[in-house]
Amino acid sequence: MRNYLAIVTKELRTLFVSPIAYVVLAVFFAITGYFFYIILGNVIEFVMQRAFQSQQFGAAPPPFDAPAAVIRGFFGVLSTILLFLIPMITMGIFAEEKKRGTIELLFTSPLTHLQLILGKFTALILFLLVMLVPTIVNSILLYLLSEPAPRLVTMLVGYLGAFLLGGALLAVGVFISSLTENQIVAAVLTFGTFLILWVIDATAGTGSTITNETIRYLSILNHYEDFTKGVLDSQHVIFYLSFIFLGLFLTSVSLDSGKWRG
Amino acid sequence: MIQAEHLTKRYGFTTAIQDVSFEVRKGEILGFLGPNGAGKTTTMRILAGFFPATEGRAIVAGFDVFEKPLEVKKRVGYMPEHPPLYEEMSVDAYLRFVATIKGVDRDKIDSRLSDVKARCGLAEEGSRLIKHLSKGYKQRVGLAQALIHEPEVLILDEPTIGLDPKQIIEVRELIRGLAGDHTVILSTHILPEVSMTCERVIIINNGKIVVMDTPENLTSQLGGGERIELDIVGPVDNLSALLREIPQVKNVSLGEPQNARQPVLVETEGSADVRHLIARKVIESGLDLYRLSTQTMTLEEIFVKLTTEEETQEEETEEETQEEETE
Ligand SMILES: Nc1ncnc2c1ncn2[C@@H]1O[C@H](COP(=O)(O)OP(=O)(O)OP(=O)(O)O)[C@@H](O)[C@H]1O
Ligand SMILES: [Mg+2]
Repeated sequence: MRNYLAIVTKELRTLFVSPIAYVVLAVFFAITGYFFYIILGNVIEFVMQRAFQSQQFGAAPPPFDAPAAVIRGFFGVLSTILLFLIPMITMGIFAEEKKRGTIELLFTSPLTHLQLILGKFTALILFLLVMLVPTIVNSILLYLLSEPAPRLVTMLVGYLGAFLLGGALLAVGVFISSLTENQIVAAVLTFGTFLILWVIDATAGTGSTITNETIRYLSILNHYEDFTKGVLDSQHVIFYLSFIFLGLFLTSVSLDSGKWRG
Repeated sequence: MIQAEHLTKRYGFTTAIQDVSFEVRKGEILGFLGPNGAGKTTTMRILAGFFPATEGRAIVAGFDVFEKPLEVKKRVGYMPEHPPLYEEMSVDAYLRFVATIKGVDRDKIDSRLSDVKARCGLAEEGSRLIKHLSKGYKQRVGLAQALIHEPEVLILDEPTIGLDPKQIIEVRELIRGLAGDHTVILSTHILPEVSMTCERVIIINNGKIVVMDTPENLTSQLGGGERIELDIVGPVDNLSALLREIPQVKNVSLGEPQNARQPVLVETEGSADVRHLIARKVIESGLDLYRLSTQTMTLEEIFVKLTTEEETQEEETEEETQEEETE
């Protein structure tokens, strides 16, 4: 436990000392803020238009949940931004240790791989929270100012989705970083893998064969959609948790293989 | 304290070390000597538990490195060839982190920190960022890191590289001071370092142990005899024949006389000391003996001799196998 905490602290320190963390945070806040504004504008315009049209035709507009639309749009954008930024924060997590030789210190210290991997992963998860939590400001504004107010649970489920998706992406990133000692290579490979996981359901045919179903199941985005709608389905939660587990397990295998050491 | 049994390590098709076996007793300082690429770092990494050997086993501080790695790592301080430093940390923060993961008790960390900083000459540098330190100081932090948890066994890969002469002496003294309580293995390709700090030397070349002995024995025995220089005044015409009557004397050569003194070089075989016999012969033949001194082979010479002998032997066997193949 002490070892684990020492790794978490050290990793957080390393993250927040590097300029990468601040650039990532700044870009993240700027883009999420900007898109929130755009989405809000679009939805308001859409609602006004409908109100105008229905006035013209003298009929009541069909019900439309404007706040939910904002939330869905916002979390949709959030996932895309995470896809771009997460490789930046995972690329160095193991690659840099190898490049600088500090892996020799870690591997000759009485640490288990579990402590090491979980410590690093926890630090990354905390960083993810640092990214996500401030965006709650947007949601609070929406909550306070919108009439009718969005359902609180919709927002919370959305955040849970973003968090789980982020966690799964981080686990993949950690694994890929453990394969190389070049963090640029790690970043590119991670990003490429994310893209494949993102668009993989496009390669699935329309039929419901087992392969198609499997491919669709693997699409990391398919599982995210329900969260943005405020629907909490344990199937998706389990998907992301197993994804995280698999990523960290593969990392441990990669560290154990010891092929690259030397 | 350290037992290496038939260690072999292969990287793909290259064999870095082959069938390396040795033992280090408690409190001893063992020097690991070898040219670049000999396999020093590879051996040390195996002993420190960084990676497993392809074959063989190692027992360090009473535990098998592959079966009980955590027990071994608690008791071993390892200083890699390149100091494993987190450059963006301060010296204190770094040593504190290392102390924690090495399992130093929380309430002892402060005293351990000031102890190793004092020993390694870092007392003033605690709050400086490692990336701002000079190379020699980084090296010291690397050494401090290995000492922080008071390990029973120290494995130091080229500990004095990159230090200035004063620091080199300090570090050697530090290492000598560690003997007794600690068992130390250190690698180097600087020969005097070994004769100064180590009680026993292993010379390794091309991944194989060439010789293992004390520095003194190496210079005297494996040096293959001694060279004795004499300064003599008087007619030396039949001195050569007289000296050759001593069975150990292999060769006698006369140098150019200087200031009426005749320098004579006597080469002997074996480990027996025959200086008194030589002196007697000279005096008995009525000559005046002004100087008699021995020139022992330096470790450098032994090293070059051993490592090149090994190579020529290998070349020969390679040629033989090639011949066999062509047949
Ligand atoms: N990762 C690796 N992959 C392939 N070969 C390697 C690897 N690491 C070391 N070697 C080879 O193993 C042999 C022994 O290397 P090692 O680093 O142990 O030598 P050394 O005695 O420490 O040399 P030096 O004095 O230069 O530090 C060398 O021939 C080296 O090329
Ligand atoms: Mg080396």
